Amino acid sequence: MKPEHNTPPAVTRRDFLRAGLRGAAIAGLGGVAGLVAGRSTAEHLVWQLDPQQCTRCGLCATSCVLEQSAVKCVHTYAMCGYCELCTGYFEPDPIDLNTGAENQVCPTGAIIRKFVEDPYYEYTIDETLCIGCAKCVDGCQRFGNGSLYLQVRHDRCVNCNDCAIARVCPADAFRRVPASQPYLLKQTH
Amino acid sequence: MSRASFSQRRNPAPTAIPTNRWPASLWNQNGLRWLVFAVVIGGFLILQSAWAEQRFPPPDFQSGHVLPTTTTPSARALVWQYVDVAVLMIALALASWFALKLRSRKAMIGLSLFSLAYFGFYREGCICAIGAPQNVALALFDSTYTLPATALAFFLLPLVTALFYGRSFCAGVCPHGAIQDLVLIKPVTVPRWLEQALGIVPYAFLGLGLLFAATGSGFLICRWDPFVPIFRLSGHLTILLTGAAFLVTALFVGRPYCRFLCPYGALLKLASQVSRWRVRITPDHCTQCKLCEKACPFGAIRAPAPPPPPATELRAERNRFLILLVLLPGLILLGGWAGSKFAMAAAGINPEVNLAERHLAAQAAESLPPLSKPDQQALARAQRTESELLPAALAVRRRLGFGGWILGGLFGGFLGARLMGFSLWVRRTDWEPDAGDCVACARCFRSCPQELLRLGLTPPELPHASPAPSGEPPPG
Ligand code: SF4
Ligand code: SF4
Ligand code: SF4
Ligand code: SF4
Repeated sequence: MKPEHNTPPAVTRRDFLRAGLRGAAIAGLGGVAGLVAGRSTAEHLVWQLDPQQCTRCGLCATSCVLEQSAVKCVHTYAMCGYCELCTGYFEPDPIDLNTGAENQVCPTGAIIRKFVEDPYYEYTIDETLCIGCAKCVDGCQRFGNGSLYLQVRHDRCVNCNDCAIARVCPADAFRRVPASQPYLLKQTH
Repeated sequence: MSRASFSQRRNPAPTAIPTNRWPASLWNQNGLRWLVFAVVIGGFLILQSAWAEQRFPPPDFQSGHVLPTTTTPSARALVWQYVDVAVLMIALALASWFALKLRSRKAMIGLSLFSLAYFGFYREGCICAIGAPQNVALALFDSTYTLPATALAFFLLPLVTALFYGRSFCAGVCPHGAIQDLVLIKPVTVPRWLEQALGIVPYAFLGLGLLFAATGSGFLICRWDPFVPIFRLSGHLTILLTGAAFLVTALFVGRPYCRFLCPYGALLKLASQVSRWRVRITPDHCTQCKLCEKACPFGAIRAPAPPPPPATELRAERNRFLILLVLLPGLILLGGWAGSKFAMAAAGINPEVNLAERHLAAQAAESLPPLSKPDQQALARAQRTESELLPAALAVRRRLGFGGWILGGLFGGFLGARLMGFSLWVRRTDWEPDAGDCVACARCFRSCPQELLRLGLTPPELPHASPAPSGEPPPG
């Protein structure tokens, strides 16, 4: 800026202009920050899907950015009828009411069926196998108590700024929720 | 209406099943099997109450069986979000210090590696400053969105730093920059005109990202980020391939994403153009030896420009400048028009508009009985009615068009200003990095013999030049 190297640089017109613009930029950023500060939260937000809105379309299994979707099936046990003929577990028209893969709705065999007492069976989800395809959810919702449903699992979800499932979910079931209450669980009434 | 359900038609107990959640898949092949199944258990259903979710009352176990609880693994604790911000602040301070004071490329490489590991592979690219302007834009225009304080911090801190110390964020903090910078092995020189032309793309991308974020249509900058899928080692094939293509390009073209796409880099470029202190190649004074000429792989080093010739010889420049000045309003209008047209055409990115468009298309193509096409179900799935949806979608379109005018106009004006800039005579006495283009990577320092002198390394036969007094403040 100054041709003479050894003299301390005087304030040139360009420096002055830059300082002015810098001041304006700081004021602008401050203004933006002030405007949004009222709408900001110290909390973090995470994605969750509302099971009441979910239409079990199956996109959760395929749209997540993770290889293994962060959405898994969860179970509100208190709502479950512990049915012997679980419509979330068995294919319609099962050949037999046993754990044979050909009888199961779940494509990965992620549901564990355990005898409790006559005639009740307990169904738990093995999350390492579940791919979040909602097939069991569909069966349970249509013909059962609706105690199986999908949730974003926060030990898996990487919390994308732009959730890849939210943008394709046909039921608009995804929304941002506070990280301190990251689940929208179904409750018994 | 068209949502008349399976149960109402075939099932003896219509009230037993909620009628509003029956998707079209009922009528595909699977549906037939369900039909048989439904008849089998239909008998049970008759006996149940009308309330769907208690068709089978939960049992009273005689054996005292204890119900398992539904697990709820928690999200990453809040304190870690604050740790991220603290790490960002420290890294920004270090990068500024490394570039301006310590002048050490080695230290900068170390910091880049750390940032790549932490913000890149450990934090998996989210949260990141590049996407943060969208969160801020959404918060500005959508009162139902609450902006996490960490996102605001990630938006502000690198920009404020750039206003004082230049693009320290790009130098050693941004994981996207780091991954491109570290794989650069054989930089080729991008011709200046091409660099100039491609250099305006980031501004267009920024405008697009902000527009679609502000209208609640989604975060395009995140959606099309080529590196985050690499950090996660997972993602959809197209975006993974795009990331790989960028990385391969980055072997030969220095930081292609930074220079020709990054929207946050565009903001940082503007900010660092007025920064208080800036990177200089030489630690003290430039001897015009030209040794640094090719040192920058990002084409940021500018040759000294002689003082302007007498005004009479600048006729052509002045005329061009004046013509552009006259054309400027036209450019702004043109930009606004193009922006709004483009935004309207791309409005389908917005889920609401998309739904409305699909609905209208399905209506237009109506020939089969209702419920036959999945597209026609979209509305029912979204649990919206037509009279709700269409005005909402129209409003979004209108906002997109309006925003397109504003941002397109800004872009047109910006373009005009850049063109006018070519006619301005900027005097430069030394070899210097361009304040905006320089990412402060600290590569060029050691090409300067003065720097080698300062470090006590023998310069390649350079006669004069006295050693610098040490401890000089960062040059301004
Ligand atoms: S994408 Fe939406 S509707 Fe489909 S399964 Fe997931 S939450 Fe349910
Ligand atoms: S059917 Fe699908 S959602 Fe249900 S447990 Fe199996 S994989 Fe998970
Ligand atoms: S935020 Fe990302 S990781 Fe989580 S469910 Fe959505 S797409 Fe999957
Ligand atoms: S230009 Fe963008 S991608 Fe490159 S280092 Fe800067 S912020 Fe990161």
